[in-house]
Amino acid sequence: MHELGIVTHVMKTLTDVAAENELTRIGSVTLEVGEVSGVIHEQILDCWDYMCTKRGPLFTGCKLVLEVLPAVTYCSSCEQTYPTIRFGRTCPHCGSGETWLLTGNECTIKEIEAE
Amino acid sequence: MKIIELKETFTASNDRDAEELRAYLKEKSVILFNLMSAPGSGKTTLLSRVITDLKEKVRIAVMEADIASAVDAERIEALGAQAVQVHTDGMCHMDAGMTREGLMSMDLDGTDIVFLENVGNLICPAEYDTGAVKKVMILSVPEGDDKPLKYPLMFRESDALVITKTDALPYFNFDMEKVVERVRRLNPSIRIFPVSAKKGDGMEDFEAWLLEETRMWQTNA
Repeated sequence: MHELGIVTHVMKTLTDVAAENELTRIGSVTLEVGEVSGVIHEQILDCWDYMCTKRGPLFTGCKLVLEVLPAVTYCSSCEQTYPTIRFGRTCPHCGSGETWLLTGNECTIKEIEAE
Repeated sequence: MKIIELKETFTASNDRDAEELRAYLKEKSVILFNLMSAPGSGKTTLLSRVITDLKEKVRIAVMEADIASAVDAERIEALGAQAVQVHTDGMCHMDAGMTREGLMSMDLDGTDIVFLENVGNLICPAEYDTGAVKKVMILSVPEGDDKPLKYPLMFRESDALVITKTDALPYFNFDMEKVVERVRRLNPSIRIFPVSAKKGDGMEDFEAWLLEETRMWQTNA
C-alpha cells in the first residue's frame, strides 16, 4: 500500500460521512491498521498532516490515531492459529505450508471525533 | 465533539463510486476490463494483438493510465482503436473517480469493450476498485515464477491471468506448472492463459474468453 493514496481515500470516505451527518469539523480519526498491511506509520502520519493543510476546513488540525491489529494466520492442515509475524508462512504446530492470513491486513476507519 | 463509530474500509467511498460506474456501463452495454501488471510485462503489445485480431468483431477502446507521457496511447491509436490517455498525477494506481473521468471523455456509444491499462504496479492497483467488470492480471515469463508468492493480493483479486512472452520460455527458469499451482492455491477459480502476443500462441483462447465475457455482460439483464 502507498500511504498518500490511502490518506486520499480515507479523506474521500470521511467527506461523504461528513455530508451525511452534517459535520463541519473532524477533530480526530482512528484508523485500524493490520500488522502486516504494509502501512508505514511514520509515512502515513506525515501524509496525513500534509493533506490536512490542503483539504479545507473539515480536516483543519485533524489528528490521525493509528491502532495496530495483530496478524494471525490459520493453518488448514492442523486447524490451529498462530502469530504471523513470529512464524511467517509455516505453521509452528505442524510444519505445514497450507496457511492463510486471518487478520492483519486491515485498513479500517474505526471512529472519528467530529462536530 | 462527539464520537462517531464507523468501522468502514478506507475505500468505502471509492467502492460506492465503482458500483455506480458499473451500473452506468451496464446501461451503456460496455464492458470494462482492468488490466494490471508490473511495468514492462507487455500489456500494450498484448492489447495491440487483441485489437488487430478482434477489430472486425467488437469495437474496442483503450484507456491508458500512466504517471506521465502518452507513448502507449499513440501506439494504440496507430492501430485504429479509440485511445485516451489518463494521467494519475503521480498516484500509483487508478481509482473509480479517475476511471470515470477517462470514460466520460470517450465515445461509449460506439464501443463494446474498454480496456483500462492500469499503472504498472503489482501492489496498489489491486487495492482499489476502478468500476471494471473483470480484472485481468498480466505476468510475463521474464518476471519469474515466484510472483504469486510475492504479490498474493493481485492474484487473489483477478478474474483472469495472462502469462505473456511464452516465446521466451526456453531462456528463463520459469516453471509453468509451479506458477499454475501457486496461483490456483490463491485463487481456485481464476482463468489462466499462457500466450505469446508476438507469435500468436494461445491468443485464441484468451480472445474467446474476452468475447464470451463481453457477450454475457451485454445480454444478461
